[in-house]
Amino acid sequence: MSNKLISQMGLPSSLANVFSARNILTAKDALSLPEFDLMALLDVDRDQVRTAVARISEIACPPCRTALSLMEDRALTGGYLPTRLLGLDRALRGGIPFGALTELVGPSGIGKTQFCLKLALLAALPSSYGGLNGRVIYMDTESKFHSTRLIEIGRSSFPHIFNSEGMAQEMAGRIIVLRPASLDELTERYVQMLFVLLNLAIVNFMYGLHRENERSTTGQKQHSCHLPLSFLKSLAEFSQIPIVVTNQVRSQNNYEVVHYPFQGNTDRTSCMLEKLESHLIASLGIQWAHAVTIRLIFEAHSGQYTPQILV
Amino acid sequence: MSASIAMAESSRSGAHALLDGAQTAWDMLSEEQMQKPITTGCEELDTILGGGIQCKAVTEIGGIPGIGKTQLGIQLAVNVQIPVQYGGLGGKAVYIDTEGSFMVERAHQIIEGCIADLFEKFEHRKQSLVCPYILQPNSFLANIFYFRVCSYTEQIAAVNYLEKFLEEHKDIIVVDSITFHFRRDFDDLAMRTRVLGGMSSKLMRFTKKHNLAVVLLNQVTTKFVDGSFQLTLALGDSWSHACTNRIILYWNGNERHAYIDKSPSLRSASAPFQVTSKGIRNVTSNCKRVRMM
Repeated sequence: MSNKLISQMGLPSSLANVFSARNILTAKDALSLPEFDLMALLDVDRDQVRTAVARISEIACPPCRTALSLMEDRALTGGYLPTRLLGLDRALRGGIPFGALTELVGPSGIGKTQFCLKLALLAALPSSYGGLNGRVIYMDTESKFHSTRLIEIGRSSFPHIFNSEGMAQEMAGRIIVLRPASLDELTERYVQMLFVLLNLAIVNFMYGLHRENERSTTGQKQHSCHLPLSFLKSLAEFSQIPIVVTNQVRSQNNYEVVHYPFQGNTDRTSCMLEKLESHLIASLGIQWAHAVTIRLIFEAHSGQYTPQILV
Repeated sequence: MSASIAMAESSRSGAHALLDGAQTAWDMLSEEQMQKPITTGCEELDTILGGGIQCKAVTEIGGIPGIGKTQLGIQLAVNVQIPVQYGGLGGKAVYIDTEGSFMVERAHQIIEGCIADLFEKFEHRKQSLVCPYILQPNSFLANIFYFRVCSYTEQIAAVNYLEKFLEEHKDIIVVDSITFHFRRDFDDLAMRTRVLGGMSSKLMRFTKKHNLAVVLLNQVTTKFVDGSFQLTLALGDSWSHACTNRIILYWNGNERHAYIDKSPSLRSASAPFQVTSKGIRNVTSNCKRVRMM
């Protein structure tokens, strides 16, 4: 949308020529400049600039849809991958949603990878068994994927499928495992995912790759997260598939920012207590968190794990 | 003589010109009192806001991820549609989604919660006030006009296009969030400030011209102030002047609170609220915070 050419927008030819003469070729070029700058650059009066900008905006603007039409679309495509955990599916209004980024957060050992393996299986299952009958990409950055365990889960959860001839091979064959060794390779893989017909993508523990860069400044670390993050999100929406990422928790540092200025001066002691109790926070920081649509938090309560949902 | 008459004449027409398009404070008062605010669903929050989100104003709402900004945005887009007979505005909503956080199933759930509460509240009336077909989730969904914006160019284009789109009556514009694209792709910060300034003045104009409410959801960032890092809303100091009212949503212990950070007419105050399956509501005794950020 932002790369639409101004020359094709139906502006009066004199105006269109002025734009291209000044090297403003796409909608992005024109709309990134404040009105006054455009006037000065193009040497045209305000009204002409306004009409031109209005026309460019109308074309570059994404189409308007009512929420009702969105709902109707959802009904058509199914819209979610049921997890088979009744309480979770009820809370999620169906299951892991298509077209959005779902994050699994929790301390290590709680069962995120196991949950991912189960999801991969569920997506691979034929639709007669409630699956998506499709292909899964499993991005394993920490080498936690073990096929033996996958088959074991399959055998115990869906014995009638997995014990029949060749089905185990077919199901496992639908799950493609990638092991990117660096952030660049991971990003490259994301781009390649665009060209494959997918039904589910699981990215297991991205933070491993970023830990290497930890000594770099905070600004850089945030920037390096952005391309994969926004890309995943666009991929999920564009292909209307569910994408699940896992995230690790890390201990909260003493200088961790938790308060706003208006909260600051009150009660240092309660603030310390709070820090001691909830000292685990999700890694990768605030900007990543803002981009994720649904966050499932795995917590241990007296030995059993319970996912809680934070949307 | 003629010269002084001429001068008197011209000063009168000059005075006329000055008053052209202006309003006296008294006229504005009557207008303000007639203006219905948009309820948030939580009575305590409505109270500190003077009834709810004000029309003819740009309200910025910011907070950390997971605090409930999108929830509040969706709730407002629903509550603006409460029919006049039920004490609402009977309006329509524009929802500009920059992050893809609008989940239509959740909107449906919030609409159902809103309708259920309306019926409960007006139960004592013998006959139904409004034809039942209006109080259907689908008619609410049909009145939420959704734009999915994927870059800052599209965001600017959408705001510009609204000029034309708003010719058909709308009552609230929710932008969720105003920040997302501007934090990533702009290298030239001075340019960013000016583009944001242009966008905010346009939105401000819409509130006055079309008599609607603009709600901008913002993210947080950290700022180094007085020797320590503190949380603040994103987009910098110059942006903070762009909105009329500013509300910060934050965690206070186990509860979600809203704090009025800046407002020309409202006192700084804080109110607790809760995000339930029905949407934004008052706090009851057993709300629970998940202990993670």
